[in-house]
Amino acid sequence: MRVEVTEVVRIEEHQTLSLAELADLSRLSEADLLELLECGVIAPTGSAAGRASFGAECLIAARAASRLKDELELDAHSIAVVLTLLERIRRLEAELKAKAPSP
Amino acid sequence: MKYKDYYSALGVERTASEEEIKTAYRKLARKYHPDVSKEPGAEEKFKEVSEAYKTLKDPEKRKAYDQLGSHKPGEEFRPPPDWGAHFGGGGFSFEDLDLSDLFESLAMGRRGGPRQRDMRIPGQDYEVTAHITLEDAFTGAMLDLNLTVPERDEQGLLQRVPRTFKVRIPKGATEGQRMRVPGKGGKGINGGRDGDLYLNIALHPHPLFRSEGHDLYLDLPLTPWEAALGATVEVPTLAGPVALKVPPGTRAGQKLRLTGRGLPKPHEGAGDLFAVAQVVVPTVLTDRERALFKELADASTFNPRGHFEREKSHAR
Repeated sequence: MRVEVTEVVRIEEHQTLSLAELADLSRLSEADLLELLECGVIAPTGSAAGRASFGAECLIAARAASRLKDELELDAHSIAVVLTLLERIRRLEAELKAKAPSP
Repeated sequence: MKYKDYYSALGVERTASEEEIKTAYRKLARKYHPDVSKEPGAEEKFKEVSEAYKTLKDPEKRKAYDQLGSHKPGEEFRPPPDWGAHFGGGGFSFEDLDLSDLFESLAMGRRGGPRQRDMRIPGQDYEVTAHITLEDAFTGAMLDLNLTVPERDEQGLLQRVPRTFKVRIPKGATEGQRMRVPGKGGKGINGGRDGDLYLNIALHPHPLFRSEGHDLYLDLPLTPWEAALGATVEVPTLAGPVALKVPPGTRAGQKLRLTGRGLPKPHEGAGDLFAVAQVVVPTVLTDRERALFKELADASTFNPRGHFEREKSHAR
């Protein structure tokens, strides 16, 4: 059995990603990503040399979108609704957890 | 090789139509998909359902699966001779092979001519939950991750192999945070890049602190006199105890901020620690305590329910 020591990369610290890099890491096609962009699931942070660049947090949304597309066979609009609601649930759960008394 | 009943995993008959299989899968996927389900064991159940669907939705794979015959789930079996030959496969060693890996290998063999066979295919991404303590999150930690992952052997066949990763989690990891270990997923094929390993950080519940992002919350029990008169009390932090000045007239539920005593942030600074005041009373009083409380009750004009009276007069 091989044992390797590896440094972990925080996703939010990762460099900005081009559309092609985001497609490569999320396993979505560039066309799928552009559709998600239209639906507001991901948003470019800027553009370098006329090409959109994305913050690395888009990778988390794009990976979730990729799973929802492949495994639940959802289209871009449905993915946008699901991800918005999941984010709302996540925020509410975090709020609830912080307010709960100590165990 | 152990048999898996894909039809019963989806809850359909062996004679089910493609449409029935699809409907059954969609229903179960909605229920167990790990992104949307909080049911215990949902992830395992989803894997089972998804594996069954991947095979049964593809007419060729379904035919090959049906040719394996019907066995009891978990029963050891061997496929008939020449089984899978029309996929371009055959000659498999079935020992220690998982049924899903077998179908994956067959599908690879089926992917046609030499051009497609030489296609660069990126390695699979792995995703795993890394459970760490709040203390680990504060200081950073070295973590051993033991995974059993599908890897291709020299013949291109998938095999389950145990792999151990030693990863260094940087300090300041927060609950639910995603981290990426580049290139530590499955091996790429024909020069395709290696997949990545993704970690979902899960913090163990701590007996004293709760976390919200980089901020921490601590319930701070105070006596009625500490809350009324103010006091300097010792409170625990992840870096050791500190003295906290409780101002006079502190109310229950009031948050006292200890700036920068939360979890460290990635580049600089740290979250805050909030001590949430709780006013507690002794459950058993000595005679002297009871006498003093009685004296206070007689002397005090404080009415914490004054607003009830005001509301009553407005209602009239």
